[in-house]
Amino acid sequence: METMSSNYQSGDFFDELIDAKQQARPPAQQLLGYLDSLSEDELETRRLMAEATIQEMGISFTVYTEEGNIDRAWPFDIIPRIISAADWRIAEQGLKQRLTALNLFIDDLYHDQNVIKDGIIPEHVIKDSKNFRPECIGISPAHGVWAHICGTDLVRAEDGEFYVLEDNLRVPSGVSYMLENRAITKRVLPELFEKDRIQPIGSYPSQLFDTLASLSPRDIEEPEIVVLTPGIYNSAYFEHAFLAQQMGTELVEGSDLFVDSDDCVYMKTINGPERVDVIYRRIDDLFLDPEAFDSESVLGVPGLMRAWRKGNVALANAPGAGVADDKVVYAYVPDIIRYYLKEEPILKNVKTYLCEEPDQRAYVLENLDKLVVKPANESGGYGMLVGPHSTKKEQALFAELITKHPRNYIAQPTLKLSTAPTLISKGSLEPRHLDLRPFILQGKDIYVTAGGLTRVAMKKGSLVVNSSQGGGSKDTWIVETEEL
Amino acid sequence: MMLSRVAERLFWSARYLERVENTARLVSVYDELLFDLPKDIEITWYNLIEIISGEEEFEQRYKVKDERNVVKFLLADDTNPSSILSSLKMVKENIRTTRDVVPGEMWELICELDLYATQNIKQGINRSGRHMFLNTLIEGCQKIIGLLAGTMSRDSGWHFLIMGRYLERADMNTRILDAATSLITQSAADQGLHLDQVIWSKVLKSQSGYLDYRRSVRTSITGAKVVNFLLNDPFLPRTLTYCVEQIKIAASQLPHAGQGIASLLERLKNNEYTIHSSKDINDKFSEYLNDIQVDIIKLTEQITDNWFQFHPENTA
Repeated sequence: METMSSNYQSGDFFDELIDAKQQARPPAQQLLGYLDSLSEDELETRRLMAEATIQEMGISFTVYTEEGNIDRAWPFDIIPRIISAADWRIAEQGLKQRLTALNLFIDDLYHDQNVIKDGIIPEHVIKDSKNFRPECIGISPAHGVWAHICGTDLVRAEDGEFYVLEDNLRVPSGVSYMLENRAITKRVLPELFEKDRIQPIGSYPSQLFDTLASLSPRDIEEPEIVVLTPGIYNSAYFEHAFLAQQMGTELVEGSDLFVDSDDCVYMKTINGPERVDVIYRRIDDLFLDPEAFDSESVLGVPGLMRAWRKGNVALANAPGAGVADDKVVYAYVPDIIRYYLKEEPILKNVKTYLCEEPDQRAYVLENLDKLVVKPANESGGYGMLVGPHSTKKEQALFAELITKHPRNYIAQPTLKLSTAPTLISKGSLEPRHLDLRPFILQGKDIYVTAGGLTRVAMKKGSLVVNSSQGGGSKDTWIVETEEL
Repeated sequence: MMLSRVAERLFWSARYLERVENTARLVSVYDELLFDLPKDIEITWYNLIEIISGEEEFEQRYKVKDERNVVKFLLADDTNPSSILSSLKMVKENIRTTRDVVPGEMWELICELDLYATQNIKQGINRSGRHMFLNTLIEGCQKIIGLLAGTMSRDSGWHFLIMGRYLERADMNTRILDAATSLITQSAADQGLHLDQVIWSKVLKSQSGYLDYRRSVRTSITGAKVVNFLLNDPFLPRTLTYCVEQIKIAASQLPHAGQGIASLLERLKNNEYTIHSSKDINDKFSEYLNDIQVDIIKLTEQITDNWFQFHPENTA
């Protein structure tokens, strides 16, 4: 019999739900069986229900365009992406290992720099990093942790293994969409939650709260925690508000805070000033404090760095943590793990060519049509060259950029990103490429989300998953298949 | 504990939500009023623009003061900051930035209402679908007010919502009375009695006060009695007295409410203007209503000064 899943052609990539023999992978069996039991019309009804839910719940993100900022409904595909619990346990260990090592590394960089002295990473890599902040030298944040909230992008290659694509240690976003995706799926495919053993993800806000509370400089029962947002015009504003609400903390803008003559941070309330202990800041380092960094910034709080240096307030993530998400530093992460933890990395890096190394640069320049070239310090998928999808003209432009500023570029082979069935038109499932952003929290303890945010390139053959560039998303299920 | 900025946004979100409902009520009642009046009486839609003091903005945009333009201006225009669509946008923007202190469903309901209004605005402008459209809007506002009443914690956030809602309501209440007064004083003497009845019963209906009036006043509808009822009845939740009392209770629950607010509220409450008969509904009464409007503006300024503009010396 013809069914939706038997009509599905996964192509020559690793497909998350269907194996090479066109059979459902074990954790996806319930889902695919269920989808096959639905008529095209029924599935279409569910899709429309998801769309309506997104509008009603006001789940949106902002796109910056020349005509101004547009609030768009969150793009969502109702077919979940499924990972077996066994696979996930390994990834989870790998993510914890990686963040632990990265935090040891950042702390070392702002203190003794043994990692440089011992020849693990060349000094110039750090000195030339745009995100290394000399202002942070000698500071010791609580628990020695600098990056408290980390979003690590994972991809699965054709061998079915997870690879780390990048670590986002500055202000990673997306976690609210992970939670909302689950909320939508529960409304749209409720039947499956009765049958499958899907790991819950709802505890993230309380985990985040506990992580932040563990950073409080004052040893008090109820530290004052706030979420600092650049405001409504930021593309992630929805998420800032969502997290503040879920944690029961205040959502503040820079103008709600001030640093008093005692070098403590206060917020302006209807009762007068209230001391703030922990700031989950969602604005970039350079906008944090016009006194210390960009004097033009109106988003930040004058004197904030002073208060932080004195240990009167905790900032999450700590200023300067971004030094470790430089894509040149990325290439050294496996060595960093071995150096600090004396362990082999559990998660692999993607092969990375450093354009500042002459041999590697030569290889990159010869193979621009095959490689993906990325700027070392950008995020959001901007300023990239995807070799196989590029024109000769674009390649020439990148050759020039790389020759001029080799430190600013790295290159990686074009990955064969895994795919998953995606509802493209009524009743028709087609494979689309995807990645996965789990979130890792480190304060006193360390925690990894069960799964994360799956982003999917909605255009056929495209590898660009960023929502600002036409990407969509899926709910991510970690499904237990073994008998407990 | 509440941020001054959040307090301010809550206050204004409640004001704008109330404005949506009041504007919908106003248009809806006017629709009916014009059906019921004898053809020779000249009452135009443009009066509605005067009620909301929108003359300047209206005339910048339109030359013809007809029904379509007036209704468009009140319901849809983005050049009118008080139009229903503009007000809904303001509620949405204010709630978007204060979602963390209101019940979670509030955001969903306001998105839903905004979506409905935007998608169906044509129904509101064309007469045939107007009643249905306005009714749905009023119901949507009531749903949100009901949600808040049923689920919102009675902490400071609640008190700012209450102050915003009743301030806006008191404002509209006096504007409607003023508009009715000017209609009556402008009309020819021989049309008096009949016009009186029609207009004042519509005024009551616009305030959902018709049946309450019937029950508690128990005589025929006259201007003097309606005015007294809508200004002074302590029980109907849309009268001036009731609104002022609610603001007073809310303010007294907040930190450092201060003398400034108390004395203003006292003045608004001890409204001693007496209306004995329909003769007293005249220009002098109109001036008195104007004084109340001025006091309402002062009250807004005082609330802003007390809680929204941060004074570092007000330590906790």
